[in-house]
Amino acid sequence: MSAPVAEHVLASAVVQPEVLTGFSGPDAPPWEVINTCVHCGFCLPACPTYKLTLRERSSPRGRITLIKAVAEGRLDLMDPTFQDEMYLCLNCRACEAACPSGVKYGELVESARAQIEAQSPRTLRVRSARIAAFRGVFGSSRRFRAASAGLRLYQRTGAQRFVRRSGLLRRVGLAEKEALLPELSERFLVPGKEFWPAEGVRRGTVALLAGCIMSTAYAEVHRATARVLSRNGFDVIVPPGQGCCGALAIHSGDLEAGRAAARANIAAFSSPSIDAVVSNAAGCGAAMREYDFLLRNDPDWAERARRIAGKVRDVSEFLADQGLVATPGPLAVTVTYQEPCHLVHAQRISRQPRELLAAIPELQLIEMPESALCCGSAGIYNLLQPEMSSALLERKLANATSTGAAIIVSANPGCMLQMAAGLRSKGVQTEVVHIMTLLDRAYAALDVTAAAAN
Amino acid sequence: MASALGPATKSALISKLAAIVGEAHVASDAAGLAVYEFDASDEAIAGHHLPLVAVLPGSAEEVVQVVNLALAHDLPVVARGAGTGLAGGAIAARGGILIVMTRMTRIHEINEIDRYAVVEPGIVNLDLSNTLLQQGYFFAPDPASQRVCTLGGNIANNSGGPHCLKYGVTSNHILGLEVVLPSGELTWVGGPSGETSGYDLTGAIVGSEGTLGIVTKAMVRLTRKPEAVAVLLAAFPSMDAASRAVSAIVAAGVLPASLEMMDALTISAVEAAFHCGYPTDAAAVLLVELDGLAETVAEHGEIVARKCREHEATMVRHATTKAEQDLLWLGRKSAFGTLGRLAPNYYLQDTVVPRTKLPPALEFVGQLGREFRLEIANVFHAGDGNLHPLMLFDRRERGAIQRVLEAGDALLEYCIAAGGAVSGEHGIGMEKKDALSLCFTTDDLRAMAGLKRSFDPRELFNPEKIFPSGFSCGEVNQLKQQSLMRDGMYVV
Ligand SMILES: Cc1cc2nc3c(=O)[nH]c(=O)nc-3n(C[C@H](O)[C@H](O)[C@H](O)COP(=O)(O)OP(=O)(O)OC[C@H]3O[C@@H](n4cnc5c(N)ncnc54)[C@H](O)[C@@H]3O)c2cc1C
Ligand code: SF4
Ligand code: SF4
Repeated sequence: MSAPVAEHVLASAVVQPEVLTGFSGPDAPPWEVINTCVHCGFCLPACPTYKLTLRERSSPRGRITLIKAVAEGRLDLMDPTFQDEMYLCLNCRACEAACPSGVKYGELVESARAQIEAQSPRTLRVRSARIAAFRGVFGSSRRFRAASAGLRLYQRTGAQRFVRRSGLLRRVGLAEKEALLPELSERFLVPGKEFWPAEGVRRGTVALLAGCIMSTAYAEVHRATARVLSRNGFDVIVPPGQGCCGALAIHSGDLEAGRAAARANIAAFSSPSIDAVVSNAAGCGAAMREYDFLLRNDPDWAERARRIAGKVRDVSEFLADQGLVATPGPLAVTVTYQEPCHLVHAQRISRQPRELLAAIPELQLIEMPESALCCGSAGIYNLLQPEMSSALLERKLANATSTGAAIIVSANPGCMLQMAAGLRSKGVQTEVVHIMTLLDRAYAALDVTAAAAN
Repeated sequence: MASALGPATKSALISKLAAIVGEAHVASDAAGLAVYEFDASDEAIAGHHLPLVAVLPGSAEEVVQVVNLALAHDLPVVARGAGTGLAGGAIAARGGILIVMTRMTRIHEINEIDRYAVVEPGIVNLDLSNTLLQQGYFFAPDPASQRVCTLGGNIANNSGGPHCLKYGVTSNHILGLEVVLPSGELTWVGGPSGETSGYDLTGAIVGSEGTLGIVTKAMVRLTRKPEAVAVLLAAFPSMDAASRAVSAIVAAGVLPASLEMMDALTISAVEAAFHCGYPTDAAAVLLVELDGLAETVAEHGEIVARKCREHEATMVRHATTKAEQDLLWLGRKSAFGTLGRLAPNYYLQDTVVPRTKLPPALEFVGQLGREFRLEIANVFHAGDGNLHPLMLFDRRERGAIQRVLEAGDALLEYCIAAGGAVSGEHGIGMEKKDALSLCFTTDDLRAMAGLKRSFDPRELFNPEKIFPSGFSCGEVNQLKQQSLMRDGMYVV
């Protein structure tokens, strides 16, 4: 059932612009997916870019119409508006979750971007820089850690404070980007080097995806995650040989780099003794769950990809569904929960994190308005589309702080960096905390109470 | 097709439009316009028509200026809301300027004493209701598309919705309108009292699908939020049993806020999409909402449950929590879209039969499916006898569209013969303009055309809509009527 041009198109009475380039090759947006859209418009109110612009071309339905027009040869792949819209999209997948017809929008936009990247001499310069970054830095965890170590030096030596104060970055147009640089962890998490045995009755073995940003900027979140899992009866391993999940490359249209990352991870996680592959980064988990689509045309890997994709769980989903065997200690704090797009929309996980929060005694959850509206981080979107990104961040922070909660709980490193940077630049004290860190604190509180009782 | 403006005139026009609404709110490039080729109707209805230029004004004053510019260039003007219309109403069938109203979302006034609000037409139906809810009111018309569709679209199509069984359709909730007329003037019709002496111009404009004027503000009626709400779900072994239960409920003197039916095919699609808790083994379900005083709601709930059981219901369930009720409604309100999972294309008919004729009408729909080899899903406002058979097809299959359109026509003719109407609530637009001559006489149509001409003598406001093809100057397609009369299908 692949892409025949519909009859009616030939009969179309509209004078068409000259079309020179269209989709081609096996990575073209699948016709069956385009065709599932019945243009009902139910996705419009869910879409952040539509919400802010209120114009059809910046809506999911509009983007699908554009992709369809290119697929049918009525619009050029190189059309500047088409390209703008493919990149203004956050790939937050809110439209997918809202769509009654089950349109797999993510597959469409990712394939469309790959087509643009493959065809586009105009963006070559940007593209090659991007590809160098993806393949060079994100493509190898060792190199990513090395690059990150340089960054850590920059932060620790006080150079950061100096550069920030000097206004140097602002002058070269990098201020916003620099503000996004994470405070790096003291000790990175290196796959294969750490292990946490199950406490109490052993319930299984989980393999943790270390990832790139998480393993360096948020290594402590990993350790917290591992402690929470082990306290609940799971052996936690971090298999060697794994690397970046590939999401950043895939979202930018570099499918080959994404496939290389996927193959490495599939090999790393293939041991049958692993009961579940657990991710604490919503974006990585979502990408791994789609390895089967990514490698569908690769006969050597398609089957293995399907098997691993089926084992991937977000850590909140995993813990809530398995049930906590150890009750957390009390935390008398007010929190609000921010739903990462790639958790709530791409993986449809919304109930489980709230169940975990509800399991912490004395914790008070105050829901924020529009919790599931993108914060504007979206991988490297904040670097490429600063205007839309900061408008969404403003909206997110206004919603979050309107609750008066002391802590914003999240479950994705990109969102956490984005919100923390936004709060810092406003001088607001609200803390941004990963849900596993919070649970880990609650268990630690338990230990303190126990120690006091003795 | 699009107007014959030369490139220089066109670019001058675009700069003038940009000066009025701002450059960011004008689209004239290929991709910027391609997205307006559609509304929610099938492309067999919408065709492939592009506006010359699209603008997104921010205020009534800007709309006035845009309209005057169009008049000066003799260009058609078409208003568009969210583009969820199912009859092609928002398509720029003769090109011209498309005025997209989605940026005009302000609420100017909420008057609790006189029970009205003054609102801009681009506001989304549900956003309006949610805002009013904070003061204990809501806007009663609730098309299933209410999360998306705009108040302006509701007014132009005189839209209905599940709750219109009890509360009435949009026209019952519009007290007055601010409109830009085809003369280019801005004026108010109607007012807070809802009573007008002389012509009821508000009534004329509601339902006129943008052919008589562009609404720039609406004075809407505030309805008090009911004290109690109950939602019941009943499963039946056949559509027939469910239809009889509907009549029995109404005959028992209960007026539910809504009374909706879905068949097995629809239920399977809805459950695949959202897991709402509908029984997938039922041949039909009724979703009944009751509202009002707590005692009455409880009492009526028992009557409804009893009537359902008397008519073979295999299960009756009360949705007790708000979350459970919302989930059932999410399923019902998303139902059309979920059917997109079953086939690449669908054609949705919107017709009405008297409620008592529901069982034979549904039987006829079943027959049509067999005769034209079509899968047909049914999800509709049973309480009003407003059918929505949804015919599934794949446009790439040779002859499929033809079979669908023929089946649609056959159904329309059946419903009219049964004493019904060509459109329940989705409007005439481009879809049903030729069907209009099935239920109106030449004189009726001539009177309507007279009204249209007195508003819009130059025929620039949403042309090619409502009136049958070839009817532009009062010439009805009499041949078609005569042939139908011969076939005994035409009812005067
Ligand atoms: C899944 C689905 C479910 C639906 N359920 C229902 C239902 O239950 N009941 C129902 O009645 N309809 C239903 N509809 C049809 C549709 O949603 C309604 O007709 C709705 O009112 C259209 O609103 P819109 O903003 O999308 O208008 P559009 O489709 O953009 O426009 C519709 C018409 O309104 C005119 N218009 C828009 N704004 C203005 C204005 N400011 N001034 C003058 N004219 C204007 C346009 O020119 C056009 O003729 C459904 C549609 C879908 C896709
Ligand atoms: S909700 Fe789904 S089917 Fe409807 S317009 Fe959006 S993508 Fe298309
Ligand atoms: S992925 Fe997000 S930004 Fe992109 S179209 Fe869908 S909802 Fe809009």
